[in-house]
Amino acid sequence: MFASPTVRISFIFLAIALVGLLFADIAITASNPWRDLGNFFLGIVTPNFFSSEGLLTALLRTVAFAFVGVALGSFFGFLLALVYQSLPVRIFCAFIRAIHELFWALIFLQFFGFHPLTGVLAIAIPYAGIFAKVYSEILEEADPEPGRALPPGTGNIVAFLYTRIPDCWVKMRTYTAYRLECGLRSSAILGFVGLPTLGFYLEASFSQGLYSDAGAMLILFYVLIATMPLWVRPKLLPIYLLGAPFFLGEGLPIVWGNVLRFFTEDIVPAPLRNGEGLAGLTPWLNDLMINEAMPGIWNTVVLTQIALVATGILSLLAFPLISNHFGGPMRRSAGHVALVIVRSTPEYILAYILLQLWGPSMLPAVVALALHNGGIIGHLIGRQTNSLKLRPDAPTGFNRYTWELVPRVYRSFLAFLFYRWEIIMRETAILGILGIYTLGFYVDSAIQNIRFDRAMVLILVTALLNIGVDALGRYIRRKLALQTLPNC
Amino acid sequence: MALNIIRKLMLSSFLCFTAAAASAETFVFTAIPDEDETKLVERFRGVADYLSEQLDVDVRYIPVKSYAAAVSAFRNNQVQLAWFGGLSGVQARRLVPGSEAIAQGVEDEAFETYFIANSNTGIAPADELSDLKDELQGKTFTFGSKGSTSGRLMPEFYVRDTFGSKPEDFFSRVGFSGNHTRTLRLVEAGTYEVGALNFQVWEKELSDGNIDTDAVQVIWKTPAYPDYQWTIRGDVNDRFGEGFKQRVTEALLNLDNPELLESFPRSGFIPASNDDYEPIRKTAEEIGILD
Repeated sequence: MFASPTVRISFIFLAIALVGLLFADIAITASNPWRDLGNFFLGIVTPNFFSSEGLLTALLRTVAFAFVGVALGSFFGFLLALVYQSLPVRIFCAFIRAIHELFWALIFLQFFGFHPLTGVLAIAIPYAGIFAKVYSEILEEADPEPGRALPPGTGNIVAFLYTRIPDCWVKMRTYTAYRLECGLRSSAILGFVGLPTLGFYLEASFSQGLYSDAGAMLILFYVLIATMPLWVRPKLLPIYLLGAPFFLGEGLPIVWGNVLRFFTEDIVPAPLRNGEGLAGLTPWLNDLMINEAMPGIWNTVVLTQIALVATGILSLLAFPLISNHFGGPMRRSAGHVALVIVRSTPEYILAYILLQLWGPSMLPAVVALALHNGGIIGHLIGRQTNSLKLRPDAPTGFNRYTWELVPRVYRSFLAFLFYRWEIIMRETAILGILGIYTLGFYVDSAIQNIRFDRAMVLILVTALLNIGVDALGRYIRRKLALQTLPNC
Repeated sequence: MALNIIRKLMLSSFLCFTAAAASAETFVFTAIPDEDETKLVERFRGVADYLSEQLDVDVRYIPVKSYAAAVSAFRNNQVQLAWFGGLSGVQARRLVPGSEAIAQGVEDEAFETYFIANSNTGIAPADELSDLKDELQGKTFTFGSKGSTSGRLMPEFYVRDTFGSKPEDFFSRVGFSGNHTRTLRLVEAGTYEVGALNFQVWEKELSDGNIDTDAVQVIWKTPAYPDYQWTIRGDVNDRFGEGFKQRVTEALLNLDNPELLESFPRSGFIPASNDDYEPIRKTAEEIGILD
């Protein structure tokens, strides 16, 4: 069995996660977690839709920020995709997408403040990096045949527009629509740092234990995402795109001097700013690395590895929920609803909820990451099993699961899992803002102490860690010859 | 077609931003988010109405999600006045030369932090923190916000000073609840065994009957220190007219609406100066949260 490289790699990752568990801080510290969880579910079933006058506005803003952010991201991502062969462009894109939307928001908040531009750029910048990568992959796969049929002397641009684009159009459209859904999630969580989207009210209701209010907001958010196919129509898109910028809210005016100050003073390391020169820089950097970066990296890696394996296990358990090789249509519909709910809830919000209910430790984070990502991968491989044709005399029940389906989907399951490795790490880092001691905790602490120089170094460390994991994930996928679709 | 849409989109967003920038001669203030948001919004909307009436300009309150966001908004001149804690005020005034502490609550001259414990720990109140060493060691402990004076700075100072070690070494688990109300709720519920909070929040919740005194009690009170204050930017006169700073100061000192004062809760506002907060600055430097 261990001769198979996919099995070997699975066991290696399982072993790493088990060792990680020895070091991880896993505990339920709340004295009555089940009562709180009960209150929370009670809140969900008794939603109060009239809690806040600002709720509808917040929902509108959530949509507006998502539209403007994703539109700008896809536009610039497309331009970058055209020159993606260039190494500096690749590195630039890898870098901007390695920094989470919330980190971008925290950076822009320091000089744009509560201006709509903060939220728009926080979404547009990392999304441009992601779009550039995926669009370029799609363009690369385009069929070269139609291009050869053109008469000699056809201009490059014309050839591009008439041969490559038509071939890629459907894939690009599908992917962009998927990113819009992600954009809604990103937009919602930006409220947690003070932008006027749904997260703003969700955080306020939750922290005060107003579960009925919070429940109503979550329900509205699910409905918004679940009904996307109904209201996101190609014909309506121009209206949305033109209208969205007007619904971002006024915010507060930008003072441009602040932008200059941020780049020329705030983020310059303190020893340099105070004229201590390079001699002062070494102890400053040492202190930062040893006391903040190293513990942050350690906790981020440990949590990521545990969450990755938990995600894998959960995906394998979850896919039968929607697979038509098991159960009747009733159960599958219920399965679909369950998976839609877990994957529509941003990890950040799930982790926030569980932290409130169970108290601080890595456990809420692991469960949140596993639920969200497991929901996504479970959905994708569940759908894949639906295209499998089994022999009429194939075994049923547990044997069908273990001997027929899992082996057939295992390779694409691993491909999805390694694809999401970097995404899980990005989220793990950001969950530090909620009080788990990952890199985000130290970034947030530096920002709370108005030490942006330290915050920027730590964000840089986080980005490099992500780029490293992304490269490693790609290496493993290539080694094992695992293929994935970009829409994961 | 797609390009066209994007061009229009960018143009319209540009127009939208400039329109927002043009409509601003409003006096804007903020406050550190030290308590439940609903309470803060209610309280500071009342203050905004009062100031607007007194000063004859549009006054707007904006809620923020963190202490640092309040400081940054003040520094970036997106707000011109703020209700800061001791530490956030010191941070803000260091970053904005010319800014001044103009008024503090009567209670802020001698503010206190209460250490509270869940009753299951069996810790009895003591007069000296050092008497509680054995009982507190190895317990779980929560501060308020990372940038709070009464919820973080002072309690951390006394823990280090009394027990000679960092909080994360002395306690088995250290958290940051986010604000004082949440610290109270978390210790009451037993999520953390011990916590430290702003004494005014405790007293107000107690008199409103919102505390289960069988579940949580005060175990130690810190010596007094200066805390909350109204801080205003030095350049408001240039923007809102000669004598504006003086008028804001007077309006705050004359605030006597009992309901509004009760919501802080303060019995009134008295003059303050930057120098009043020197002890806070020194303490912050000592524990390394201020360079």
